[in-house]
Amino acid sequence: MNFKIKKGIPLIDQHDKNFMYGGKFGGNFIPETLKKPIDDLTELFSKLRKDKKFLKERDFYFKNYVGAPTPFIKLQKLTDYLGGAQIYAKVVSEANGGAHKIYNATVHCLIANKAGKKFIVGDTGAGYAGKMLSMAAKKFGLKCKIFMGAKDIKRQRPNVEAMKKNGADIVPVTTGSQTLVDAVSECMRYWVANCDTTHMCVGSTVGPNIFVKICAWSTAQISRELMIQVKEEFGKVPERIKLLNCVGGGSSAMGFWNEFMDTNAEFIGIEAGGPKNSKLHAAPLTNGSKIGILHGSAQYVIQDSEGQIGRTESISAGLDYPGISSLHCFLKDAKRAKYTSASDEEALKAYQLVSKFENISPSLEPSHAFAEAIKLAPKLKSSEVIIVNSCGDSMKDKDIIRQKLGSYVR
Amino acid sequence: MKSKIAIAFENCKKEKRPALITYTVAGDNTKDNSLKILNKISKHADILECGFPHNTPIADGGQIQGSSHRALKNGIKLKDVFQIVKKFKKTNPQKPLILMGYFNLIYQHGENNFINNCKKSGVDGLIIVDLPYPENKNFANKCKKKGITFVQLLSPTTSKERMIKIIRDSHEMIYYISMLSTTGGKLKVSARKILKNYNKIKRINPKKNLVIGFGITDKTISSLKSANGLVVGSMLCKIITNSVKMGQNPVTKLDKVVYNLKNKIL
Repeated sequence: MNFKIKKGIPLIDQHDKNFMYGGKFGGNFIPETLKKPIDDLTELFSKLRKDKKFLKERDFYFKNYVGAPTPFIKLQKLTDYLGGAQIYAKVVSEANGGAHKIYNATVHCLIANKAGKKFIVGDTGAGYAGKMLSMAAKKFGLKCKIFMGAKDIKRQRPNVEAMKKNGADIVPVTTGSQTLVDAVSECMRYWVANCDTTHMCVGSTVGPNIFVKICAWSTAQISRELMIQVKEEFGKVPERIKLLNCVGGGSSAMGFWNEFMDTNAEFIGIEAGGPKNSKLHAAPLTNGSKIGILHGSAQYVIQDSEGQIGRTESISAGLDYPGISSLHCFLKDAKRAKYTSASDEEALKAYQLVSKFENISPSLEPSHAFAEAIKLAPKLKSSEVIIVNSCGDSMKDKDIIRQKLGSYVR
Repeated sequence: MKSKIAIAFENCKKEKRPALITYTVAGDNTKDNSLKILNKISKHADILECGFPHNTPIADGGQIQGSSHRALKNGIKLKDVFQIVKKFKKTNPQKPLILMGYFNLIYQHGENNFINNCKKSGVDGLIIVDLPYPENKNFANKCKKKGITFVQLLSPTTSKERMIKIIRDSHEMIYYISMLSTTGGKLKVSARKILKNYNKIKRINPKKNLVIGFGITDKTISSLKSANGLVVGSMLCKIITNSVKMGQNPVTKLDKVVYNLKNKIL
């Protein structure tokens, strides 16, 4: 097995002929019906990513619709308070819609148009993937359907309202745990039955290989911008720099790290550890889950010894997923990235601290990454740099925050 | 030596009718009842498909999800599934039985271990929903070596070029998915159109036993009876669900329904 990351080749292309990374992660474990649509999409995408006109179009919308580049700022007060490493944030939540999900959604809508599809369907957990897909679908003239767990519909109300306003048809998923895992399953089932007319957008770097690729290719915009911003700030990529990102499916982290793959930047992914005293979590990498097949892809996944997918729990709907991108599994086994977790309580505390000191208001997902930054910074020298991807805005979490902390102040 | 599956198809051909293939889930609605159901319906059905349930099935509709959920709630494990097959085979040694399910359970069990347990308990064939061709070649070969039929799937989206390859590498039975749908969807394509596709596939290799599944109920089954075999699954799962709800005995209920299905294709 080859567990070395190759230099100079995009990570998403480092798979074998079966679309497996390191011979054991990813692939296409799909019903026969989806083989053809997935082959077609794979071919179309490989053409489009080499097509200068398409790239120009993508860049145009990233700049004028998404709002590139998103800010890169120093969190001076937090740095002073903690003492130690210099803490920065890439404020991706400033992107149109309030999170990184807009990149993948925009690219999928552009692809759907090229494929001549009039309908687009997607899954969502925190509601950001759904909100962005509904926004982009509206912009690009596609009819949009979003699958969302009934539990998530309740806990992420503001994003649900936004989806409705954009004219999306929201399908509540009431099977299983009624969260993201079930939404993805139901969305895939819908695509099995409608793949002749409908384009599917998987909301993160999970699912059959082509969806992992398209998503990571789209979010890579984050690190393309960051590379320029880091060089402007420091003159070069600093010797000791840590890029911290929360991981659920892993789409924002892939985008945040991509351009830094061949540098000496250290990558730390923070999974959702769940409530402090609970056995349940959503952290398959941290807790040593075994490899299994989920949603068409081989990955580390929370499951029992039989192979039944396990229950998860997290305060952040966006991280509440039993699996993790095959790319992150690959990075972990290749030792290119490290993974750890933060509990619900730690994430809430981090949210509170960051919002108090700084002019940003991270959602509960990136608050997991801030929790790790808060733990790490005091132990590091002031010559070291930590950058956190603040990939989502807390507005969608106002109900949860109010309930847990008594009030919601931005 | 001919497989029991091949013999079942031969016998049906002699009677100039399609093979009736049923699908029920192991452990639905209880472990005992699922065995009783297999024993009962095997009098009418020619081949039995038995599902080993998974809690995240990406190609199943509501009915089979419901059955799987019930079975898992009853604590069904793979070892129980093999026990059910073993007990069934003890009283019905000649009746072909095919296990159907998702790959993760096999992956966790270990491919070789799984195939060995199939062999030991008397499983005749396997259908793995999410292990498509050509990724399944290695696994299918392992099955063949142990005398287990690996059933390849074809769908309306499968290109002719791909079909030729799949059929070339297939064993004696192939499963054609009638339409773009999860299991249990309403038949949204006309029987004529399904049979047209069916005949196209048959022409590639007339010797292979080709069965049609998805959307087949007592209402649609007779319109497709020129096929080599017809699979009824979700309808049976639905009947179990309804009998549980009404406090009826699912075993006797299913016995009657499968008897009626058989009469419709004679």
